[in-house]
Amino acid sequence: MTSQAITIRGLTKAFGRNAVLRGVDLDLPAGQVTVLMGANGAGKSTLVKVLCGVHAADAGEIRLDGRAFAPAGPAAALRSGVVTVHQNINDGVVPDLDVASNLLLDSLAEGGGLFLNRRRMRAEAGKIAAAIGLELDMARPVAGLSLADRQLVAIARAMAHRPRLLILDEPTSSLSLTEAQRLFALIDRLRGEGVAILYISHRMSDIRRLADRIVSMRDGQVSGLFETVPLDYSGAVRAMLGHEITEVDIAIPVPGAVMLEARGLRLKPEARAFDLTLRRNEVVAITGLVGSGKSALAAALFGLEAPVAGEMRLDGRDYRPRRPAEAVAEGVFLAAKDRLINAVVPGFDIQQNLTLPFTPRHAGPLGLIRRAAERAAAERAIAAMGVVCQGPRDGILTLSGGNQQKVVVGRWMAEASRLLILDEPFQGVDIQARRDIGRRIRDSAAERATLVLCAEIDEALEVADRILVMSEHTLVGDHRNENIDLARLMTEVSGAADRTKEPA
Amino acid sequence: MKSLSLTELAIRYGFLLLMAGLIVVFSVLRPAFLSPQSGVFILQSVAITGILALGVTATLVVDGFDLSIGAVATSAMMLSAYVMVIWEMGAVPAVLLCLGMGALVGLVNGLLIVKMRVPDLLATLGMMFLLVGLQRIPTQGNSISTGMMLPGGQAAEGSFAPEFLMLGRHRIDFILPDLVPLSVVVLIVIALLTWAFLELTRHGRVMYAIGSNAQAAGLAGINVAGYRILAYVISGVMASIGGILLAARLGRGDVASGNNLLLDSVAAALIGFAVLGAAKPNAFGTAIGALFVGILLQGLTMLNAPYYTQDFIKGAVLVVALVFTFALSGRVGRARR
Repeated sequence: MTSQAITIRGLTKAFGRNAVLRGVDLDLPAGQVTVLMGANGAGKSTLVKVLCGVHAADAGEIRLDGRAFAPAGPAAALRSGVVTVHQNINDGVVPDLDVASNLLLDSLAEGGGLFLNRRRMRAEAGKIAAAIGLELDMARPVAGLSLADRQLVAIARAMAHRPRLLILDEPTSSLSLTEAQRLFALIDRLRGEGVAILYISHRMSDIRRLADRIVSMRDGQVSGLFETVPLDYSGAVRAMLGHEITEVDIAIPVPGAVMLEARGLRLKPEARAFDLTLRRNEVVAITGLVGSGKSALAAALFGLEAPVAGEMRLDGRDYRPRRPAEAVAEGVFLAAKDRLINAVVPGFDIQQNLTLPFTPRHAGPLGLIRRAAERAAAERAIAAMGVVCQGPRDGILTLSGGNQQKVVVGRWMAEASRLLILDEPFQGVDIQARRDIGRRIRDSAAERATLVLCAEIDEALEVADRILVMSEHTLVGDHRNENIDLARLMTEVSGAADRTKEPA
Repeated sequence: MKSLSLTELAIRYGFLLLMAGLIVVFSVLRPAFLSPQSGVFILQSVAITGILALGVTATLVVDGFDLSIGAVATSAMMLSAYVMVIWEMGAVPAVLLCLGMGALVGLVNGLLIVKMRVPDLLATLGMMFLLVGLQRIPTQGNSISTGMMLPGGQAAEGSFAPEFLMLGRHRIDFILPDLVPLSVVVLIVIALLTWAFLELTRHGRVMYAIGSNAQAAGLAGINVAGYRILAYVISGVMASIGGILLAARLGRGDVASGNNLLLDSVAAALIGFAVLGAAKPNAFGTAIGALFVGILLQGLTMLNAPYYTQDFIKGAVLVVALVFTFALSGRVGRARR
C-alpha cells in the first residue's frame, strides 16, 4: 500500500487572461516515479513552479502528507520537504565554491556563527554526500565538475532536507548516456527510500527506464494517467499531443523543382544519418517531440552549427553556410523559435523589427536609411500578415503575443527566399493568429521551399503539404497530408523510442 | 498622435525644461550669462568631454562600455607632444598617429571583448590602466614641452606646430570677431556626424538592435562581433580626437591633465538617457547631457560657487538623471506592457 505524498485537487493558475492551469487533479504516491509529459505551453512548468513555491495558485488545494500545503516562497517549500532540481543545472549550484560549501549552501544561507569551520564543514558535507552514495572530493570547486556531477551535487544538497517530494525538471537534457545512468541509479535509490518523485522529460528512453506511472498534460489539464503495467507509452504521447483536428483544408499543389537536397545528414555523432529533399512550391512540416532534433536541423540549414556529416545542395549548388549571414545571402531564412529570446528586439518599434534582417535593401548611399521605402515595406508586411496595431511606429512590446509573432515571422517573408525555415511559428499565439500565420505561409509559398518545424501535430496538419516525423535526431516518417494515418504518425512520434534498445 | 499623460510629458520634456529653467534663472541673476561669450565659453568647456562622451555612447549602444576613453585621450595628448617636440615632426603626422593609436586601442578593446570574451568593463579597465602607465614610460614620467631635458642630456628642440595649436586655440569670426573656438566647431561636427550615423544609417540601426537583443540580431544575419568591434574603434578614435584638442589647448604634453575626462564624459552619456525620455544611449541626449553640465557649472561659477563643489554638482545631476531614466520611464514602460 503506497501512501500519497502529495494530492492536488482543482488547481488553477492564470497569468492575466491566459489560464495556464485549468483544474489540475494529480496524486503523487510516495516511493514512486511519476513522469509528467506535456508539450510546450501545456502547463508543466507552471505546475512545478506552484509546487516549489515560486507562484501561488489561484484556486485549488494541495495537500502534503495530508496537511494543506501552500508555500509562501521557494524557501518555505524547501522547508516543507518539496525539493526541485531545475532544468538549468547551474541554477542549482554555485560554481565558484567547493563541493562542501555547495552541499551546505542552505545552512550557510540560514546563518549561525560568523566563522566557518572548514574541517567540520567537510565532515558534515561528507555525510550528506554519503547518504546518497555520492563520492566526490569535498574540496574540489564545483566549476571543475562535469555537468552530471554538478547535478548530483544539487540533488545531494536537496536530499539533505529529507524531502517528501523531489521534482526533476528535464534533468538529463544536458547529460551524456553514462552520466544519465548515474542519475537513474540515484533516483532508484531515492524511490526505495520512499520519496515521491515527479520527473519531467520528453526522452522516451528515460521514461521507459524510470516511470512507475505517466501523467500527460495538455492545455492546463491532466489529459491522461497511465499506471497499469505495461505502461502505454504511445497512449501517453497521444494524450499529451491530442488529436482533435479542426477543419483542415489543404489543397496540395504540384511541387516544383528540387530546392534543397541533403544527403547523409547526421546531426549528432550517435544519430542515424538521413536524407531530406525540399521542393519549390511545397510546404513541409517536421514534427517530433521537444529535443528530437528539429532545431538542430534548423541550425544546420541556417549555418548556426555545421552538421556532423552530410552534403547539402541548394538550387543545384553546393550549400555549406558557416554563419547566418551566409545563409541569408543564399536566400535561406530562419524564423527562429522562442521569439522573446531569439527574434524580438524589444527596444525597436514594429517597423524596425520588421526590416531588421534587410536594412541594406532600405538603405541608400553611406548606408542612410530611406525612411519612406522602409515605412512602405513595413506597411506592406503589416497588411500581408494582418498585424493588428495602430501604426508601424508602435513599440513591439505593445503588441499581443500573436501579433508579435506575426511581426517576427513576417520579417522573413518580406523578401523573396529560396528556403524559408519556420521554427515553431505558432508558438504562444492564439487560434486566430495561428490561422493568419498559417494562411500567409501557404499563400506565399509558390516560389520557395518552405520548412515548418512544430511539435504540435495539429499545427503540422493545418499548414503542410507533407509531414515528416523526427525522432532521436533523424527522420522516421514521411506522410502526404491527405487522408493521413494519424495512428501511424503518432506511433512514429513516440514509437521510435519503443524500437530503440534500452542501454544496459 | 496619442495624447500624452502628465508623467509621460514630464519624462519626455522634463530634462529640457529643467535646462531651460536653469538658463532663465542664471540669466536673471547674472545678465552676463546670456552673452555670446558666455555661451561660447560653455561650449568650449564641454567640447572635449562632449567628444569623448559621443564615443562612449557608441559602445553603450551595443550594450558595451568603454572605460579606457580618458586614458586614450591623455595618451593621444602625450603622443602628439612626443611626435612634435621630440621627433620634431609636423602637425599632420601628429594628428594621424594619434587617430591611428585611438583606432588601434579600440580594435584591441573590441577583440578582447568579442574574441577573448573578457567582460567589457574589465577589458577596458585593464586597457585604461595599461595606457595610463604606458604614456609615462617614454618620458620617464615627465611632462613634454619644448626645451625639456631629454635622457641624453640635451634639450628637446622641437615645438608644437602652429597649425596643431590652432585646433585648440584658433577662434572663428561668428557674430563677433574671434568668437567661436575651433574645438567647438569640431564638437558640433562630430555630434552631428554621430547623430546621423546612429539615427539615420542602417549601421546605427543594427548597432541598436545588437544592444537591445544581440541574439535576435545574430539570427537576423547581422555580424554582431564586427559591429561590436566597430563601436570600440569609434570610441577609441573619438577619444584620441579629444586628446588632440586637449594637447592643442595646453600646448604641452601634461601628465597631470585629463584626470576628470572619463567620469565627466561617462556622466554626459548617461545623463543623455534621460533626454526626451529616450531611456537608451543616444547622440542627441549625450550632447545635451554634456551641455547641461556645462551650463550648470558656468552659471554656478558666475554665482561665485567655489570650484571644489563642481564634482558634487555633477554627481548630483547624474543621479537625478538616472532616477529620471530608470525609475520613471521604467514604470511607464512596464505599465504599457
